[in-house]
Amino acid sequence: MINTHDILETINMIREENLDIRTITMGISLLSCADSDIHASCGKLYEKICRRAEHLVETGENIEREYGIPIIHKRIAVTPISMLVAASGGDPVLYAKTLEKAAQTVGVNFIGGYSALVHKGFAAGDEALIESIPEALAETEHICSSVNIGSTKAGINMDAVATMGKIVRRAAECTADKGCIGPAKLVVFCNAPEDNPFMAGAFHGAGEPDCVINVGVSGPGVVRAALQKIPNGNITDVADTVKKTAFKITRVGQLVAKEAAKRLDVPFGIVDLSLAPTPAVGDSVAYILEEMGLEQCGAHGTTACLALLNDAVKKGGVMASSHVGGLSGAFIPVSEDAGMIAAAQNGTLTLEKLEAMTAVCSVGLDMIIIPGDTSAEIISGIIADEAAIGMVNSKTTAVRVIPAIGKNVGDTLHFGGLLGYGPVMHVNPASPAKFIGRGGRIPAPIQSLKN
Amino acid sequence: MHAIITVVGRDTVGILAKVSALCAKHNVNILEVTQSILQDMFCMIMLADVSACNVPFTALADEAEALGKELGLSINAMHEDIFNSMHRI
Repeated sequence: MINTHDILETINMIREENLDIRTITMGISLLSCADSDIHASCGKLYEKICRRAEHLVETGENIEREYGIPIIHKRIAVTPISMLVAASGGDPVLYAKTLEKAAQTVGVNFIGGYSALVHKGFAAGDEALIESIPEALAETEHICSSVNIGSTKAGINMDAVATMGKIVRRAAECTADKGCIGPAKLVVFCNAPEDNPFMAGAFHGAGEPDCVINVGVSGPGVVRAALQKIPNGNITDVADTVKKTAFKITRVGQLVAKEAAKRLDVPFGIVDLSLAPTPAVGDSVAYILEEMGLEQCGAHGTTACLALLNDAVKKGGVMASSHVGGLSGAFIPVSEDAGMIAAAQNGTLTLEKLEAMTAVCSVGLDMIIIPGDTSAEIISGIIADEAAIGMVNSKTTAVRVIPAIGKNVGDTLHFGGLLGYGPVMHVNPASPAKFIGRGGRIPAPIQSLKN
Repeated sequence: MHAIITVVGRDTVGILAKVSALCAKHNVNILEVTQSILQDMFCMIMLADVSACNVPFTALADEAEALGKELGLSINAMHEDIFNSMHRI
């Protein structure tokens, strides 16, 4: 039998340190649902999602109880809907409403994939879908949207960058009476992964199998607790401790992923090795950075600590799982992390520092609340900067900023639940309007020529 | 299938008896028991074979948890694989 210490360590991780499986996400290809008639297409889509995901929630709950490990979300990622719009034409919002109905039928809390991939240009269906995003997010509750506007291979589509600034603003305006929740469900990507299980950016890529199970792990609280045990260790000890802890966390993710795949008779795709915080105290990535020796997250030294953390999480996790994918690393969503919220509230953590941190974290500017009067061009400027970091560094970057309509720096915006709350952060008001208005495409960087 | 049942809390009379009675009631065979005092806490760990259990394992886990609440202890029944996967390569 395994020794007592190891058993108690596992139980302690789950009960006291918030270890959980963040999400089991079923990826479902909707390419077989494409039809030139939008109503027929929606009918097939609804039928396929309900058939494939019929037992998803129940299976997740059974695994949760048998293994004693909380599985917070059961979700679905689908083929980018713009591909279906390309075949059917018509009003894309009809797809959003059908997806919403399917989400409610199968009991998942989000379906991701109201998406378009436009990094090199707009194909049929893309522009119509992008234009409809604010309305689709306002009229549904469980649908997430993402748009990929750049990649290391293709460069950055600046026309799409300009459009997305306006779309993010409109999404906030359309949901101003619901706490501006719209843009909290919208991610603008560079180098979007096709197998990411985490919302709001999950979609099922065209290269994926018909149906697949991807699992996202979590566990910032466990990493922090492990570091608390070595208060005087040097940085090599810190990196080793993070690695060992990430290995253990990921092994649980691998176990759950394989078990879920077996029970649902669907292939296992990947485990995403992410440290995903929640607003709960003790489940914060910022606190890990502070545990390493920063007075507060955002202090000089934060980027270095985050780089170490992100790298050690991957090194520890990669051996623990047979297939690693998705975003894999440390997330830094401001409104979903108690330590980040506190640091942003007292001004230690600024937008500029967060931008630097995104060069070494697993995604990008995430869940950042900005003043309600921030112009579309400035939002596009934020998107362009972030995409440039991703493009040049061959990594995924993303922007999920929320213009808080009617609010300004010093105010707070509440979303509720795991999306949390946060202060409105200062944004540099100098205008990039002329640059954004030029349009065109930033050429792919020299790093793309690897062949 | 094997399960690990853990009992952690303040030591009192009859803990082992009550947990093993629950196992016996549901036809669960106890394979191994270790017991120790860790950080001033009573700590008992049982390895049990639940393949012939007469209720679904999740129901057994719920009953174990409820028994823990009744006794003022923390009792968990979990599938052995979660410990194996985390601590064995």
